[in-house]
Amino acid sequence: MTPDSQLAQVISLSDKRLVKDVPNLHMAPHMGSAILRDALPDAPFDAAATGFVLACLPDSKDPVLWIQDRMSRRENGRLYGPALRRFGFNGHILRVEVSHPRDVLWAMEEGASCAGLSAVVGEIHGAPEVLSFTATKRLALRAESSGVPLWLIRSGDHGALSAARERWRLRSVPSGPNRYNAQAPGTPMWEADLFRARGLAPGVWTASYDGAAGRSTDRLSLLPRSGDGALAADHRPASHAPGG
Amino acid sequence: MERWRRITVRHRTPPADDVAVVLTRDGTHGPVIHAMNAAARACGIDVGARVVDVQAIFPDLHVERADPAGDYKLLERLAHWARRWCPWTVRDGQDGIVMDVTGAAHLFGGEAAMLRDMATRFKMQGLSVRLAMAPTRGAAQMLARHGPASVVCDRDTMMAQLAPLPVAALRLSDDMLRLLTRLGLKTVGALADVPRVALMRRFSGLAEDRNPLVLLDRVTGRAADPLNAPPDAQVWLARVRLAEPVIDPVPQLPALAEALCADLARAEQGARVLRLTIYRVDGEWRSRDVRTASATRDPAHLLRLLTGKLDGIDPGFGFDLLTLEALRIEPLSLHQDHLDGSRDAGRDVAALLDRLTARLGPEKITWSAWVQSHLPERVESRVPAISHRAAAAPVMTHERPLRLLDPAEEVTVLYAVPEGPPARFQWRRVAYHMARFEGPERIAPEWWRDKPGTRLRDYYKVEVQDGRRFWIYRQGVLGDRRGGDPLWFLHGVFA
Repeated sequence: MTPDSQLAQVISLSDKRLVKDVPNLHMAPHMGSAILRDALPDAPFDAAATGFVLACLPDSKDPVLWIQDRMSRRENGRLYGPALRRFGFNGHILRVEVSHPRDVLWAMEEGASCAGLSAVVGEIHGAPEVLSFTATKRLALRAESSGVPLWLIRSGDHGALSAARERWRLRSVPSGPNRYNAQAPGTPMWEADLFRARGLAPGVWTASYDGAAGRSTDRLSLLPRSGDGALAADHRPASHAPGG
Repeated sequence: MERWRRITVRHRTPPADDVAVVLTRDGTHGPVIHAMNAAARACGIDVGARVVDVQAIFPDLHVERADPAGDYKLLERLAHWARRWCPWTVRDGQDGIVMDVTGAAHLFGGEAAMLRDMATRFKMQGLSVRLAMAPTRGAAQMLARHGPASVVCDRDTMMAQLAPLPVAALRLSDDMLRLLTRLGLKTVGALADVPRVALMRRFSGLAEDRNPLVLLDRVTGRAADPLNAPPDAQVWLARVRLAEPVIDPVPQLPALAEALCADLARAEQGARVLRLTIYRVDGEWRSRDVRTASATRDPAHLLRLLTGKLDGIDPGFGFDLLTLEALRIEPLSLHQDHLDGSRDAGRDVAALLDRLTARLGPEKITWSAWVQSHLPERVESRVPAISHRAAAAPVMTHERPLRLLDPAEEVTVLYAVPEGPPARFQWRRVAYHMARFEGPERIAPEWWRDKPGTRLRDYYKVEVQDGRRFWIYRQGVLGDRRGGDPLWFLHGVFA
């Protein structure tokens, strides 16, 4: 290889990086790429993370592998099948219920190497030792090499180290107005906080399920929260209200 | 009858030998008698009699249901087992086995000794048999059913032994039997004495299996009566014999898997259930079973399934024989990948299922199965993914929570008695204040399934002040006379 061609290669690489990695506050994350993502419920027993992940799952005929360990089953309950259609998910879910987080990680790794799945979701409660930075790094690399999106729902864990390419902290916020009954809760709304991401600027969005989105990657409507004074003023006090 | 007794002994105390026991099957007008024990036979009960009639005569009769399908299966298995004596055996009717022992008797020390051996071995299985050996198949069938016990006849004495048997032994149809009886031909001998020409003229237009002359010719050996034995059940087995005992079976596995897969590929079959057995030098053996979600004959895939399974096997002083058997197979033709080189997604998922099931167990990997029910926890059940297919979810008319607690957890609630929404509640030692609510949605108990006294449920979707949405129900109403004050439960969490 001549020095010239090496130089050309370096230049072209840096060109690509420049175009791709420009931090853009207004760019919404793209959910279709096959990377490992963390979803951290902010409050206990909050199904916001589950709803968010469901709305992000690709609409595909291939099954989704959903793995739960025993603690998350006991703490947060099981995923309830009849409710999935409400989040635009019409595929099949292959459930794996194991007792130890170690088996969750093993099954996720097995699932990540299977191209016949549309996504793999793992649920682990707490911060067990096996869920180390190295373990998440393995998963992240496996996801990128195989092309299967991976989600890790980590309830009861506030910011342990993780090699996930995107880390979301999710929380329910008061729902939208109900069209028929002012007393009743309406469209579920979540506060989605992307606090660590590769190639994306962190940001806070108000997310909700958007059935009419018609995208192949996700069915989310993400409303930017940063800088929107009215929305922030509306939601901040509510989240710190007593009783939570 | 004897099979029924053997099965019964396993589960409960069978009735004593002197109690009359009959097994019944369904007849046109209610149950009829299918089989009976010796005590019942001594009472004069006939096969085919109606059970109610017999019970009227013998009120303390012990009646049980027969299992003809099970009997049939046992007979099929016995017919294959009987190939220990000779290569060609076939099931005969509902209660017999025909064996072609031509050239096989000398291996057991002669014909009489062979019959003794057969009687002993069937008796060891708890079965009583009537045996007969004759030059033709028809003669043996007749002698076994109607002749003296354990008779051996040769070509010279055959006619003399057959002559006193009734014509019914020829297996004629009922109307033919009636005709022959009317003609005065009551024994086989009498029929054989009639000139052939007269018989031929009389029964000229009849089919072969109804014509007494043809049947008689088959018995005497004038007409051919070949035995059409079903082929041996094929065993899909690969084995490795070792000159010296070894401790670690793993290096032998690739050769085993490849040999088995080559056999399966030749027959265009794939394995669903595999069993790996190691035979230790001290005579013990250990086996491990592996199941697959779809038929496969990929040696690499089988290897991956087997490797984790061998850790728990105790090799003792080593083993010298290793077998890999496909217990259940399914047709599997050659499969072509897509033209663009990508693999079929369904096959990948099946392979993943196998790996997960082999390590975690079949009940941990499940699809959802749907049940028609009003109760939320009954709607969804789980079936092992390895043996079932995924079913599409039903469309629900009401909103359902994304997560369901199983079982529902009790909460203490402050509410407007008797049917108000939960204004404040405490769950897992945290107090929540209701901000908005929807409901109630009343779900009544399923009276056709639930115990009497089960209380109804009123479900509320409650949004608390920080935005979390819970599904809470009140069990019962105050004053429904099905218990005291209603209790409240938290059953699920909405997204």
